[in-house]
Amino acid sequence: MDLGIEVDEGRSPFVVVAVRGEVDIATAPKLREKLVELASQGAQQVVVDLEGVEFLDSTGLGVLIGGMKRLRGLDGDLSLVCTQPRILKVFEITGLNRAFTIHETVDAAVAG
Amino acid sequence: MRRSTQPSPADAVLESPESVLRLEIPPRAEFVAVARLVVSTAAKSRRSLADDKVADLTLALSEACTNAIEAHDAKDEADRVRIRVDEDDARLVVTVQDQGPGFDLMELPTHPAVTDPDRLNFERGLGIPIIRNLVDEVTFTSDSGGTTVTMILNCPPSSGGLTADAVELEEFNEMDLEAAWDDEVAP
Repeated sequence: MDLGIEVDEGRSPFVVVAVRGEVDIATAPKLREKLVELASQGAQQVVVDLEGVEFLDSTGLGVLIGGMKRLRGLDGDLSLVCTQPRILKVFEITGLNRAFTIHETVDAAVAG
Repeated sequence: MRRSTQPSPADAVLESPESVLRLEIPPRAEFVAVARLVVSTAAKSRRSLADDKVADLTLALSEACTNAIEAHDAKDEADRVRIRVDEDDARLVVTVQDQGPGFDLMELPTHPAVTDPDRLNFERGLGIPIIRNLVDEVTFTSDSGGTTVTMILNCPPSSGGLTADAVELEEFNEMDLEAAWDDEVAP
C-alpha cells in the first residue's frame, strides 16, 4: 500500500502537503521524512491535507505531532485539513483535535 | 470449515465460541494493512455491524497489530503475530497475540490531560487508549512469552447465510499468506 504525498509550494508562505492513502506503521515513515525535509528546507507554515486519507491510526498521529512540534520549534506551525468523520474521530478520541488547528478546506487553512 | 478444536483466548470470554478466522502474519509493518482488510471483511460478513463500528474495529485492530509488531522489533523472522476472530451469538472477539518480550501493564505511562501542553510530548503510546475507546471490552495479558490483546464487540450475527465476503474468507483461510506474498510482491 503506497502513500501518495504531493507538495504544493505555490501558496507562500504556506506549504501544502496533500496525503493520499492509508497512514499506518508501514507508510507513516514516508510522511515523517517529508515533513522533516520541508522543515529542514525552511518551511515554517505547513498545511497537511488529509482529505485523501482513507485510514489513519496512532502511528500517523505521532508523525503529525512530531511535525507540529518541529515546526513550532522553528516559530512555525502545522495545521490540518480534514472533514472526514472517520479520520476526525481519531483526533477526537485522543483529544488531539484541541492540539491541532483543523480546517475544512485548504483555502481556509492558507487564509490563516 | 470450523477450527474450534484449538484453544483460543476467546474461550475465556465466549461460552461456545466458533472460529471465524485465523491469520498469522510475520511481524513486519507491511502486513498490518492485510490484517485490517481480512478482519474487517470477516466482521462485515459474519456480524450485523454498522459501517462505523466496522471502522472502529479496523482501527483497534491496527493499533493492536502495530503494538505487536513493535514488540517483536524484527528480532526473529520466524516469529509470528497471531490474529484470531471468534464469535458466538452475542459477541465477536478479535485476539492479537505476539511473541514479544511482554510488558508491565502497570508501567504504562499516564497521558497528561488533553488541555495540558505536555500532552504533545506523547507521540507514542496512543494506541492502547484508542483501543479502549473503540471496542466494548478489551483485556491485555502479558508475560515474558508475549502479549495478547482480546477485543470484544457486542453485536448480533448477520442475518442470512454466508455472504460473498464470507465465501472469500473461507478461501482466504486456506491460503498460505507468506507464500502468496513472496510470489506476488517480493522481487
